[in-house]
Amino acid sequence: MTAAPRWSLPLLLLLASAACKDQGSQAPAPGSGGGSTAASGGGGAVIGAALSLTGAAASYGAQQRAGINAAVEDVAAGGGPKLTLVIEDDASTKEQGITVFQKFINRDKVSAILGPTLSNTASAADPLAQQAQVPVLGISNTAATGITDIGNYIWRDSLTEAQVIPGAFKKAQEKLKFKSAGVLYGNDDVFTKAGYDVMQKALADLGVKVLGTQTFAKPDRDYNAQLTALIGQKPDVLVVSALADNASAIVSQARQRGWTGPILGGNGFNSPAFIKNAGAAADGVMVGTSWNSLSQDAANQKFLAAMKKAGVNPDQFSAQAYTGVLILAEAIKQSGGKTGREDINAGLAKVKDLETPLGKFSFTQGRDAQHEPSVQQVKDGKFQIVQ
Amino acid sequence: MGQQLLNGIFLGSIYALFAVGYTLVFGVLDILNLAHQAVFMLAAFVALALVADAHLSFWVALPLAVVAGGLIGVLLERIAFRPLRGRADSNISGLISSLAMATVFEAIALQFFGPDISRFPQDTFPDRVIRIGDATASLLQVLIVGIAVVLMAVLTLLLARTRLGRQIRAVAESPRAARILGVNVDRAIAMAFFLSSALGGAAGVLFGLAFNSISPDVGRGVELKGLAVIILGGMGSIPGAVIAGFALGIIEVFTVAQIGSSFRDVVSFAVLFLVLIARPRGLLGRAAAREA
Repeated sequence: MTAAPRWSLPLLLLLASAACKDQGSQAPAPGSGGGSTAASGGGGAVIGAALSLTGAAASYGAQQRAGINAAVEDVAAGGGPKLTLVIEDDASTKEQGITVFQKFINRDKVSAILGPTLSNTASAADPLAQQAQVPVLGISNTAATGITDIGNYIWRDSLTEAQVIPGAFKKAQEKLKFKSAGVLYGNDDVFTKAGYDVMQKALADLGVKVLGTQTFAKPDRDYNAQLTALIGQKPDVLVVSALADNASAIVSQARQRGWTGPILGGNGFNSPAFIKNAGAAADGVMVGTSWNSLSQDAANQKFLAAMKKAGVNPDQFSAQAYTGVLILAEAIKQSGGKTGREDINAGLAKVKDLETPLGKFSFTQGRDAQHEPSVQQVKDGKFQIVQ
Repeated sequence: MGQQLLNGIFLGSIYALFAVGYTLVFGVLDILNLAHQAVFMLAAFVALALVADAHLSFWVALPLAVVAGGLIGVLLERIAFRPLRGRADSNISGLISSLAMATVFEAIALQFFGPDISRFPQDTFPDRVIRIGDATASLLQVLIVGIAVVLMAVLTLLLARTRLGRQIRAVAESPRAARILGVNVDRAIAMAFFLSSALGGAAGVLFGLAFNSISPDVGRGVELKGLAVIILGGMGSIPGAVIAGFALGIIEVFTVAQIGSSFRDVVSFAVLFLVLIARPRGLLGRAAAREA
């Protein structure tokens, strides 16, 4: 039922071609002044945003579009550089992502690209931008490897799981003062296994004693044996690395087995579907997140106000998208207002301690995001930030 | 320890219920019905639709879904098995056609319910925990074990004491002799399929409710376990399937808890292997005498 209907592909192509025609007739190519790079000054910078507006990641793409649109308005209102947006749908697929990138690079002659939504798409499309020397700022790619290591034009403002979990566990420990843990993870999936590796290291760094480690496989439905064994060792917390579907079943069964203590989850838990399916059992589950919705920082309040005005429910994805535009504006400012591809790439390297909805933002040496992650806990069926 | 034993009994009761129906058809027809897992899955979806969409109480939905499972079984027999009956190669061709029916059933479920995991609504069953010594079980788990045991007992009585049971057993011994004695063989076989699939369907509904996740491929994992159970118990032996179902459930739970989930199937199938070396016809398998 999730598969797109059969008619969607031709329709999409039709829309895409219509959109291309529009582009051609309305705005003259911004690079008309000089060769293949975007014009500097004058019309401002053209920013391409490749978002998953259809397909599996459509719910994220819609949030990102709202965040980007709001940020462009806020930047213009705040006297920042003029940004012209071109938003295209990558359809949550690698193939469409590549097509969109080619259009951005060769036809729209954009100064920089935001997106694409999925790491999977980014791993396929980003190399094109690297080759053409167009800076790309990922706003939701969280795969630990294979994104920013594509090359020196690829950046991202989204924290990887390896960055979120250690910070989140540290905060959780300050709050809960746990000294021992029981660990359950899926050992047949790359993401849950990688999450487990990060968790194991984070627990060791915090001096938490792991009393027992159990595994499961994705198709498993019954976790009673594993949970009984873990709970029998009486740990202070349960730590679980699982995808959302397994996660809700694990949490439900843990509560049935009498576990009332806290449960720390990986990124797989970071989904409204998890709370919906686990129901009341989800209460007390803690998950790391890169956006603190309760932050009183001016930048975050401004973001929340913009989202309210747009009538969109703010989340981590819209916050990261909004931040992406702020970062590009800052990069243009850092390069003295020049909007060439080379200028923006150089400017990105100079972004430091920028005030954003995510907190003070800088890039690491490897062009990955660097800012403080937060922890959220499920309370009354909703994620709430733990202060 | 006590808790793990309970976990094992709980899992085993579903395996046993699934395998009893599986082995019943084998005992009667000497054919493996590979669509048994698809009936298991479809019945779970029927119950889900009745509870979630038609807003029926679970206690109404369960018997309706069980009957639906039985009727699907009759349909299955009519389409996949009866046309082949009497052919020299009906054992193999029946196996293949049941495999085809399983694919058809899965495709139907895919069409109506999608590839994602479907769930019963949160309040389908009261979430109550019962203490047994130092172990706990949910009310649902206790009921599932209870329902499974009752259904298996009813089947055993039905086969042993009723006219229909005697007819089915007669057909199992020799269809030709049964026909000479005036048994309507086609009807007896259809009834065996009805009973088998109703029990498989009941297992599916209970499994779906217990683990609250149903998808079109949910039966595949159980099918392999069911096959192991009926081989372990002795092909065609109903008490054997019951004993082996509970044994496999308990073995699995202790393997996962003591060794790790990756070794679950290794240990289960190693046990199966060792039992077959010692008793080639399974725990309660009959001697080859009736083949004559």
